[in-house]
Amino acid sequence: MADAEYPVGRRTALFEPRGRTAAVRDGLRGYLLIAGMWVRSTVVYRTSFVLMTLGNFAMTALDFAAVAIIFGHTRVLGGFTLTETAFLYGSSGVALGLADLAVGSMDGLGRRVRDGTMDTLLVRPVPVFAQAAADRFALRRLGRITQAAVVLGWSMTRLHVAWTAVNVLLVPVMLLSGAGIFAAVFTTGAAFQFWATDAAEVQNSFTYGGNALTQYPPTVFAKDLVRGATFVVPLAFVNWMPALHILGRDNPLRLPGWVDFCSPLVALAVCALAGLAWRAGLRSYRSTGS
Amino acid sequence: MRLYAAVAVRGFRRYATYRVATLAGVFTNTVFGFIVAYTFTALWSVRPRLGGYDLPHAVTFVWLGQALLMTTALLGGGFETELVERIRSGDVAIDLYRPADLQLWWLASDFGRAAFHLIGRGVLPMAAASVVFRLAWPAEVSTWVCFLVSVGLGVLVSFAIRYLVALTSFWLLDGAGALLLATLLATFFSGMVLPLTVFPGWLGTLARALPWSAQLQVPADVFLGRHRGTGELWALAFQAGWAAVLLGAGRLLQSVATRKVVVQGG
Repeated sequence: MADAEYPVGRRTALFEPRGRTAAVRDGLRGYLLIAGMWVRSTVVYRTSFVLMTLGNFAMTALDFAAVAIIFGHTRVLGGFTLTETAFLYGSSGVALGLADLAVGSMDGLGRRVRDGTMDTLLVRPVPVFAQAAADRFALRRLGRITQAAVVLGWSMTRLHVAWTAVNVLLVPVMLLSGAGIFAAVFTTGAAFQFWATDAAEVQNSFTYGGNALTQYPPTVFAKDLVRGATFVVPLAFVNWMPALHILGRDNPLRLPGWVDFCSPLVALAVCALAGLAWRAGLRSYRSTGS
Repeated sequence: MRLYAAVAVRGFRRYATYRVATLAGVFTNTVFGFIVAYTFTALWSVRPRLGGYDLPHAVTFVWLGQALLMTTALLGGGFETELVERIRSGDVAIDLYRPADLQLWWLASDFGRAAFHLIGRGVLPMAAASVVFRLAWPAEVSTWVCFLVSVGLGVLVSFAIRYLVALTSFWLLDGAGALLLATLLATFFSGMVLPLTVFPGWLGTLARALPWSAQLQVPADVFLGRHRGTGELWALAFQAGWAAVLLGAGRLLQSVATRKVVVQGG
């Protein structure tokens, strides 16, 4: 009798391996629910939220003011005009902004590992990655995306470029691939924090630092730095490679022409690597135990 | 006085505890320093002597910026986040009962933090830079002394501004927006994104007169020996003047805040 009453059916349903698509859908749903919750909680302090979004916009706008001041003193920097640099600036900013909005909150992971609240994420029925990425979801980051998009739009109306079908298509591909590459950097950085809980700042070198790097023309930097940004941490594929094709510029490393179109592949590859790093990090997690 | 010295020492130790975080920060400062130094090199190679600097001066300015970024807390992240949180939660009521002055208490702890950041985050990036770039080091001991005094005054001005910003959360409750705005003004008007001597026309004049210039532009100019004779003293007086005005304003706002605002909680 006791055997028959045991809820076998329900138990197997819970542990039944689900399809990959179902898992992804679950994760996405969890992500949206958590993100929505954070959005509602930020709008409670309305003045502060408006100030934050404006501040985010202005922060990056002042960044561009510096670029404008530089071009007030010279017509070309590293052989690139203001409009061309604005194109690089805008594309890099939109890519980083999208990644930052989607998964940027992950840099707080080290703190969670340190104070033990990571355990809470592990017991909830939502993939840990989705929870970590949606944690403290900050809608104010739209400010950065908007500012960069305005600069990008402005530069595109003024560029003397043949807007062929390939070039037009390359713009959204570049932005999405760029966002993918930055998201991979954010994820890898977060995974690294499972081991080095205090080293959150290292990833700023590659996210915000990568943004600072790719908003200027590659000709400005030493060849070795450009090589490192191409082959080691492939930030050059965020915008340099596709943008140089659109602008009709020579590749700074004299790489073959097809490399200009490799951004989506590079983005996929680094996202896959970041996923592996994330898994390895999560597996090695040991609770503080208190 | 002994109390505040003890607070300062503990402020220093508190930040010194996180060695990995410090190393991570040094790495980041160095990476940013390299990126900005290259863009400055590109600009100064087409416009030598721009803003009154030659190339080594301009590159040194970049690295001084990285060295002082944390010291004068241009990006925030010092005591102010903590104070804002204490005001929001109502814990500040306990602070006000203590037999210590609220402003001096936080000032002491911030000086401890700044001292650690100058040593922990300032020295190593400069050392790394000197391997790759030609930097303009001060020739005389007196310049070094003046520079250290100037950095100290810069920290004082930085504290005074952040204290004012933190106090606004008595009215706004959530201080995040105000803190961001403060960071924004500090990075742009201190000379962190570009030296203020490069800013055009009235914007440059305005930026050099505002208090934020005391946090980077003035100490950097002292380091680079741009002030001759009494000019150095005038630069320090400029910083001290702003410090006095802003600290005074902080006192005033503090008394208004504690008198008019009902502390949350309970």
